[in-house]
Amino acid sequence: MSHLLEIQDLKVTFGGLDALSGLNFHVDEGEIVSVIGPNGAGKTTFFNAISGLVEATEGEILFEGESVLGLEPHQVTSLGIARTFQNVRLFPNMTILENVMVSQHCRTRQLVFGALMQTKAFKQEEREIRERAEAALGFFGSRLVGYRLEQAAFMLSYANRRRLEIARAMATQPRLILLDEPVAGMNPMETAELTGLIGRLRSEWGFTIVMIEHDMRVVRDVSDRVVVLDHGVPIAQGSYDEVSTNPEVIEAYLGRPVENRA
Amino acid sequence: MSTTMSAPSSTSSAAPALLDQDWRRIGKWGGLCAVAIVLVSLIGMPVGLDRRTIIEGRLSLGYMALIWIPLLFGYVVSKRVVLEGVKTPDPGARDVFAGLCAGVLSGLGPVLLILGIDNFNLRKPLVNWGPPLLEQLTFGRGIGFGVAAWFGICAVLGLLGSLMHVLPKDVRRVVSFVTYGLLSISILEAVISDLSEGFGLESLADAMYAKRGGLTVKSSIILVVVIGVFSIVTKGRLKGATSRYQELQGEERKRASIVLFSGVAGLCIVLPLFLGKIVNELLANVGLFLLLALGLNIVVGLAGILDLGYVAFFAVGGYTTAVLTSAESPFFTPELHFGFALIIVVLMAGLTGLVIGAPVIRMRGDYLAIVTLGFGEIIRLLFMSDWLKPYFGGAQGITNVPPVDLGFAVVTGIDPRSVFYLVLVFCTLAIYVSWRLQASRLGRAWMAIREDEQVAEAMGINTVNAKLMAFVVGAMMAAVSGAVLAAKVGSVFPNSFMILVSIIILVVVIVGGMGNIAGVLVGSFVLIGVLGGPRQPGLLQEFQSYKLLIYGALLVFMMLQRPEGLVPSARRSQELHQEEFLQDAWLKGVDLDREEPEAVEQPGAASGVEGEGAPA
Repeated sequence: MSHLLEIQDLKVTFGGLDALSGLNFHVDEGEIVSVIGPNGAGKTTFFNAISGLVEATEGEILFEGESVLGLEPHQVTSLGIARTFQNVRLFPNMTILENVMVSQHCRTRQLVFGALMQTKAFKQEEREIRERAEAALGFFGSRLVGYRLEQAAFMLSYANRRRLEIARAMATQPRLILLDEPVAGMNPMETAELTGLIGRLRSEWGFTIVMIEHDMRVVRDVSDRVVVLDHGVPIAQGSYDEVSTNPEVIEAYLGRPVENRA
Repeated sequence: MSTTMSAPSSTSSAAPALLDQDWRRIGKWGGLCAVAIVLVSLIGMPVGLDRRTIIEGRLSLGYMALIWIPLLFGYVVSKRVVLEGVKTPDPGARDVFAGLCAGVLSGLGPVLLILGIDNFNLRKPLVNWGPPLLEQLTFGRGIGFGVAAWFGICAVLGLLGSLMHVLPKDVRRVVSFVTYGLLSISILEAVISDLSEGFGLESLADAMYAKRGGLTVKSSIILVVVIGVFSIVTKGRLKGATSRYQELQGEERKRASIVLFSGVAGLCIVLPLFLGKIVNELLANVGLFLLLALGLNIVVGLAGILDLGYVAFFAVGGYTTAVLTSAESPFFTPELHFGFALIIVVLMAGLTGLVIGAPVIRMRGDYLAIVTLGFGEIIRLLFMSDWLKPYFGGAQGITNVPPVDLGFAVVTGIDPRSVFYLVLVFCTLAIYVSWRLQASRLGRAWMAIREDEQVAEAMGINTVNAKLMAFVVGAMMAAVSGAVLAAKVGSVFPNSFMILVSIIILVVVIVGGMGNIAGVLVGSFVLIGVLGGPRQPGLLQEFQSYKLLIYGALLVFMMLQRPEGLVPSARRSQELHQEEFLQDAWLKGVDLDREEPEAVEQPGAASGVEGEGAPA
């Protein structure tokens, strides 16, 4: 059976540093997979390689059986891979609605002519864009809708910015969403809520999710599978329980017991 | 200004408190003020601008160039740093005394200059160091009088400047209304006398303005009273009207906008009929630059591509028109009609946009700015080169570009009114295009690219294509402006397309308010209309030689004090004053993230107050 996302021997090198080396990994339709690992393990580089922001040195990335290597980021997005960023990167001066509307760019067609003539097709498309945007924002309850729609994105609180980023990714109509630390900086209540939402992203919206996360409770609660990276090398894969008891993983996070050195 | 004199008597407090001053601050601002006065004098402003009178026999633009300085510094030196949540003592005699001290100190500037000019000869390095300046500074009444007078004047002006803080808000409003009103009526002299002539009211203009220019003393007193009364009557209503307009939603807003728009359109169509040649010429120039600025606003304001070589497209438009329509273009004389030529011009501009844009837009930030700057010059040098002389006429350019024959009317440079109407049509079109594009898929993509190019790319926007589109649309607007310019002037020369044009349009867009159509409109009227374009005189023709200095100073001032421009788009101003806003909100205990929609409006209101309070 073919996987939704398949990564074969992926290697990314920056100068002499191997940010990722020999990563083999796959994601099936409808899975939630977490990528964990200590700082500098290459998790974000892994996301960047998939979404086309950095170039892979070796290896292959297949999405639905087709290679995405060498594609521009916007082409990857239109194939159906959306992402969020670790250090929330919204379009701060655009309204919340506009933020989510603009991310449907690759799913829509209208150009100059339609806008100037206000053709039926243009108005129809604008309406649909808006409806889809409001649907994506509505996923987070009342926080991002109502008067908020016309507010500039920079006015949002930290947690809401993270939510808006997810809404923006949802609006690109992807099959696979890459979430880069979705709950970083959130308080326990918000974290618990978002954990639930990530589950609903799969069950209600049918997205497959790959998530980088440091909060182990979130990882435990939502992921079907966990991949552990360390120094660009995958050191363990499997269910949360398997991985969390794996001695290599513990070593990567906590270091080796003293008596074993020498 | 006379109204400010009556208030100070009520402010008297303990004498020792008066001397408890931040002397260092006073010294700093007073000294700076003195330096500024000397600098402005030596640049030659007082003498050069003296021909233009503001109030007959009392005040000329030359003296005006000097006296606003102590006034402003007096205001600044006594300005308190207001911290939200920390109690600031009410401004009082102490602040006024600070203004007075700074004023006296700044008087040292002109006084030392007078004594210096009298005793030393520095004519060689400093062109303006000489008798005319001395004569001007001493009011033609001798050294002693000059020295005493400047100390007195500066002291009074510093005092007046600082008094602005003490006066109650209502009085302050009247004072600033009167000052601004009187100045604008004086600056708009040409327009007003033209208009009153057009309406057959010559007597009104004759009564208001003296024969050799400037308001008469009598009429200025009447105007002070009229404007004063007007400001009291309209108190709170202007602001109320604008905020009511902004609060309108949906259909009502639409209706109000249509009324507003048709009002402005009606004025634009009717007014020029009553205006004379000079003012119409001026309006035509404003229109040409407005068209350019609207195009640049799409490139810089929306898509965030800092294009410093924008004049290239202006040149392409002008030259294409000249080649296609002129009987004297060196190698190819199809002598097309302007209308057909215009279609080709637009296509050519689009093509040039693609050709220049394709290599350039792969760069970012500073690199892009420098490369576009280069391309702007390359295009001009190509048109000027001997190599292409057989095609474009080299430095002699192409002459004999025919006027535009519309069938029912002929648009020529001799009749600036017709040019204005032609430009008006194109400007309206350009405004429509900008407005519609802004609220479309493409416009949103441009904004996203401006905000964060990498993320825009990751969100599925083909940034290369979108940026090229911005370049092409902007290029087309510039080219149309160039085409009209060629037909208006009747010839094109490489030197009409200097890099300076790019810079000035950029300043217009920045000062007006980036990414905002209304801002660009205001910017071009204020800058091109009042100060003038790179080669075109404005209402203040006397500023001709100081124009670039003033543009520069204005740009620096705006960047420091009001980076969002004269007419900011609401969101941009929110962002630029975000920190103040957030701090205010925090201190007031407003939870930004909960149900506080009204908190959103505060930064706009705050910056409004700030703008009003400044005196000069």
